[in-house]
Amino acid sequence: MTELAIRVQGLSKLYRIGERQRYKSLREIIMRTLAAPFRAGERHPPETIWALDDVSFEVMRGEVLGVIGRNGAGKSTLLKILSRITEPTRGRVEVYGRVGSLLEVGTGFHPELTGRENIYLNGAILGMKRAEIERKFDEIVAFAEVERFLDTPVKHFSTGMYLRLAFAVAAHLEPEILLVDEVLAVGDASFQKKCLGKMEQVGQEGRTVVFVSHSMSAVTRLCGRGLLLDAGRVMLDGLADQVAATYMRSDLGTTAARRWDDASKAPGDESVRLRAVRIRTREGTVTDVVDIDDPVAVEMEYDVLRPGEVLVPNLHFFNEEGTCVFVLHDSDPVWRRRGRPAGRYISKAWIPGNLLAEGTLVVGAAVSKHNPLVIHFFERDAVAFQVVDNSATVSARGDYAGFMPGLVRPLVPWETDFAPIGDPRGVAPEERGR
Amino acid sequence: MNSAEPLPLVVIEPTRRAAALRLGELWAYRELLYFLVWRDVKVRYKQTALGAAWAILQPLMTAAVFTIFFGRLAGIASDGLPYPLFSYTGLLVWTFFSQGLSQSSNSVVGSAQLITKVYFPRLVIPIAAVLSGLVDLAVALPVLAAMMWYYGIWPGVAVLAMPFLALLALVAATGVGLWLSALNVEYRDVRYVVPFLVQLWLFVTPVIYPANILAPRLQRLGLPAWLWGVNPMAGVVEGFRWAVLDAPTSPGPLIAASTVTGLALLLSGAWYFRRVERSFADVV
Repeated sequence: MTELAIRVQGLSKLYRIGERQRYKSLREIIMRTLAAPFRAGERHPPETIWALDDVSFEVMRGEVLGVIGRNGAGKSTLLKILSRITEPTRGRVEVYGRVGSLLEVGTGFHPELTGRENIYLNGAILGMKRAEIERKFDEIVAFAEVERFLDTPVKHFSTGMYLRLAFAVAAHLEPEILLVDEVLAVGDASFQKKCLGKMEQVGQEGRTVVFVSHSMSAVTRLCGRGLLLDAGRVMLDGLADQVAATYMRSDLGTTAARRWDDASKAPGDESVRLRAVRIRTREGTVTDVVDIDDPVAVEMEYDVLRPGEVLVPNLHFFNEEGTCVFVLHDSDPVWRRRGRPAGRYISKAWIPGNLLAEGTLVVGAAVSKHNPLVIHFFERDAVAFQVVDNSATVSARGDYAGFMPGLVRPLVPWETDFAPIGDPRGVAPEERGR
Repeated sequence: MNSAEPLPLVVIEPTRRAAALRLGELWAYRELLYFLVWRDVKVRYKQTALGAAWAILQPLMTAAVFTIFFGRLAGIASDGLPYPLFSYTGLLVWTFFSQGLSQSSNSVVGSAQLITKVYFPRLVIPIAAVLSGLVDLAVALPVLAAMMWYYGIWPGVAVLAMPFLALLALVAATGVGLWLSALNVEYRDVRYVVPFLVQLWLFVTPVIYPANILAPRLQRLGLPAWLWGVNPMAGVVEGFRWAVLDAPTSPGPLIAASTVTGLALLLSGAWYFRRVERSFADVV
């Protein structure tokens, strides 16, 4: 039973920084070519980053491997190479068996097509044969609980229905090796439970699973083995429980709460030391999952060691792509422009519901002094949390179930003016009348 | 108990030399190709109010305008055929080509969501975009039959060449589509070039006028008349009228030349596409 499923040897992937927006226009190329002779010496080599750097490991048949690591550690790049979406720069992978990759739920779903049509389309995109889809069709529909809406275009589906259907198709894929990326981050709790259950079943059937997740509880529950990546390298490879525990304790983890017990090793200087950062709900519990319509607090606990300094705690919010969504400077009037006595402080920033977009937010915590500017500490990936927008939440998503772009997702009041056909007053009478 | 049968091995490595065309893999994904074509057709007809009628209206309206301006006012010759029939027949196969070309050149960029999430031979995308135009062609054909009946013109034996000519149009559209769709990933200018290209291409193709207008001029320059077949659509359009309307022309050499350039476009397009597709997911 110790047959090899995946062998990864010296796998490396080089990205140019900003490569994702790298496409150019002809004008740029022409201009650069024309200008080239005039600036001979000033050529900068493009900035590059090794998203994966000499990664090697093996996965046996039937093994369920959880890949963890903070944002940018190379987890997604690894999955993309294993699923052949992108090519490695160096190294070699041997994959034994049919691979199914679930990097996203509902890939290729078309809003205009009906549920039935999308099952076929999505199945084909995921690599299923038509006969296979036909055989599993009833099972998929039953799992998704959408029997009544099979012939409705999915654009009319609620988020929950859409996700259930999308996951149902994917869950009935039967490859020998399944690659899964964070798909469980979407959807409500009951849906997540269902997905986890299905994944567990897949693992028990003896199929090989490589699972990338931020959720330590999912990793420890589903996976036997864990692989911890950091900065493109394998940091730790071992039992899932142990790897997850190491990850949570280490500086690598991005979790809902971080504490520095040893003040001398905590971020800071002789004026201020950071002691803890936490994500809290309205009820005061520490959490890493927040519904989009609930307010959430980010609190920073720190010691002021040198009295009399005017300090400004500030928080920096980044999304999964590393884009800064916004920065908050402490505006509490009590401490504004006022020297702080030495002691322990907890500064809490309340972020209102229906502001953040769904997805992972990584929070950087800092305390600085302005005039002149001194940054006492800036802990970049201090904590992280997930914002969930699903059918149970009241949000700008409304009943739309598909992909919504955007850095923020505010819920704003909408107004509609209406005049029936033939009404001579038109839509805005007060404007016309005066 | 399930460990007996040997599993297929896939090796993932950086490609060093120009990649092979891997047509076998394309064949293995034929069902995906079918579903993508089916999706394109279905969505196109669902989203538009007139649906399938567009496939007829587009060449029909253009033929009407051409008839008024080129047929009547400019008095352009039409191989002795009624001008409306002459231009509609040419436009039918031309529209298939130009639509296929335009659709496929935007297809890869338009499928970024798929490309960054799932693996499949990327060639499927532009090919599906061209193939979905076949349905439009099929929808517009009965109108041609009706027009022929109205004018009392019947095809001869040459009609047997029609499927081959449609295939040649498909080959040419796919060839150009492969080039443009791959270039479009890296150079977004392609989006602006395509409408312009299609327009110019129409004028160097015997859609509005018959091929025999140009032939004497080429001969005066000491060039063979078939040289025009370098434009693959010259052979297709001229040949299509000869096949369907039994036009009194002999486009054999023209078709032969067009077949050669059509295949050259297809092969070079597939080769270029394969060469650059590995970076699609990183750039698109």
